[in-house]
Amino acid sequence: MGLTMAEKILARAAGREEVAPGEFVVAAVDLAMVHDIFATRVFSLLRSAGFRRVWDRTRVVAVIDHLVPAPTAAAAAVHQQMRRDVAEFGLTRFFDAGTGICHQLLPERGHVRPGMLLVGTDSHTTTHGALGAAATGIGTTEMAYVLATGRLWFRVPETVRVELTGAPGPGVGWKDAILHLAGRIGADGAQYRALEFAGAALAGMGIGGRMTMANMAVELGAKFGLFPADAAALDYLAERGLEVLPFGPDPDAVYQETLTVDLSALEPQVALPHSVDRVRPVSAVADLPVDQAFIGSCTNGRVEDLEVAAQYLAGRRVHPRTRLIVAPASRAVLQEAMERGILPALLAAGALLLPPGCGPCFGGHQGLLAPGERCIGTHNRNFAGRMGSPAAEIYLASPATVAASALYGRITDPRRVERSAGHVLR
Amino acid sequence: MSSAEATSVIRGRAWVFGDDISTDLLDPGEYAIAPLQERVRHTLEAANPRFAPEVRPGDVLVAGRNFGCGSSRETAAQALQALGVGCVVAESLARIFLRNAVAIGLPVLVCPGVREAVREGDPVEVDLHAARLINLRTARTVQGNPLPPLMREILAAGGMLPLLRKLAADAAEGRGWVDDLGS
Repeated sequence: MGLTMAEKILARAAGREEVAPGEFVVAAVDLAMVHDIFATRVFSLLRSAGFRRVWDRTRVVAVIDHLVPAPTAAAAAVHQQMRRDVAEFGLTRFFDAGTGICHQLLPERGHVRPGMLLVGTDSHTTTHGALGAAATGIGTTEMAYVLATGRLWFRVPETVRVELTGAPGPGVGWKDAILHLAGRIGADGAQYRALEFAGAALAGMGIGGRMTMANMAVELGAKFGLFPADAAALDYLAERGLEVLPFGPDPDAVYQETLTVDLSALEPQVALPHSVDRVRPVSAVADLPVDQAFIGSCTNGRVEDLEVAAQYLAGRRVHPRTRLIVAPASRAVLQEAMERGILPALLAAGALLLPPGCGPCFGGHQGLLAPGERCIGTHNRNFAGRMGSPAAEIYLASPATVAASALYGRITDPRRVERSAGHVLR
Repeated sequence: MSSAEATSVIRGRAWVFGDDISTDLLDPGEYAIAPLQERVRHTLEAANPRFAPEVRPGDVLVAGRNFGCGSSRETAAQALQALGVGCVVAESLARIFLRNAVAIGLPVLVCPGVREAVREGDPVEVDLHAARLINLRTARTVQGNPLPPLMREILAAGGMLPLLRKLAADAAEGRGWVDDLGS
């Protein structure tokens, strides 16, 4: 019987011919990621259990990305301890503050390969499914177990196949597709299951769009969000010096359910507070004033996201009522967006530029909201209390919708705004 | 009754919450690296400001669907444990929260129908072994889904840290260990 991508990866990692949904297996982890919020706790747990080394110091990636630059002395002390931990345990893959967000860096620096089993101390670790990795978030105690043993228990998930068909129309992006899916099946619609994306639309879909959708798979409750490693993935990896074979499900894989998303029928989508699945077409909330617009995060902080925003904002000014905050997902993104005129165009329009990192999205620092304030952003969560005051409102949308909204100071359908042609784009 | 079964009964008052209680409500990101005693003061404050100051050891947190959705932050489960919550009983649990609760030894029970059967402040009894909740005010019993054996073993061991300590001790004494999760 054929296997889905999740089943193939877990079977291989568990040293089995095949596995079936619902089974529990103990599997060997190929790569583990820790970031600054939890890393020092993980190492402290390891020490307290009696371990002085990790199972494989070349298979652990440590990233300082959540509190950058350190906003408080306490955060600086956490970073200081993390650097000591990295040195003490001899980790060979460490990205210090300012390099970028973990889920951007791991693919960008060639650490992720198709078919990998990858765990991270961050729920959006599902992002790495964009390159065909079974990647998922775990907590600190489980990460300590992984770093000690290189292994962890997994329940083999049922797989839902998501067929992406058609081409998105003007003003519609891949963020709209995943928000639509969240609205359709709910924030627990894929609970304990794997989402496996497929369909004709993949041919026109870059790695950035796949990362956006795989990133938010967890907002539907999914354990993994997987894309096959096809030509687009192989090209992306080849640019990073990685020669790999295509990887995907067996042709006769068995799915629990198949859902179809016709991109050509989609309108720009907005998730309303305080739940990612309260999704409406932008027309349903258009004209609500916004105090803050945010473009960034591991969901939509890549060059193509900033480029779309610049298409709406170049040569114009952000509305005086609205603060526009832009946070590139990595230093490489920042540099490319700078060199291509994208960041200068956004800055000229009145954007406030943050260093690459997670600050506002996870509610840590930089751009937190006051009671009663409304923010529209490209990030992945709009829970009450996510971004400062629990009495603030967070709306989630695509870079196009957020940029159009920043321009008018109210939630705006990007299709109502003429895009500036060629100003920053080559 | 074995001692494991004897300790699997939790009695306390019910604190009732709705659907999609997120890790941001449980443990706001603003206090991400603050000491535990400071973080727990903000646990669920946006959903019910009385909860953190008034919850007592053994109390039972009853919730709707998708409890613990959001971040991988284990501190969300840890905060409830630190406040003395005896058990979380929910219509459904988010995946990472469920793993984290088990990993730190915080009892959880998925119990469809529980929201409808329990009101705020009701005295309740949770029998983890039998996977059921009894509302002591109404004498109504709600049957939950037993946790898979592996998760029950980890909970019974007090979480994964004791398992890890045992592995380290075995290795130190040259016994050569196999991690027997799932055996």
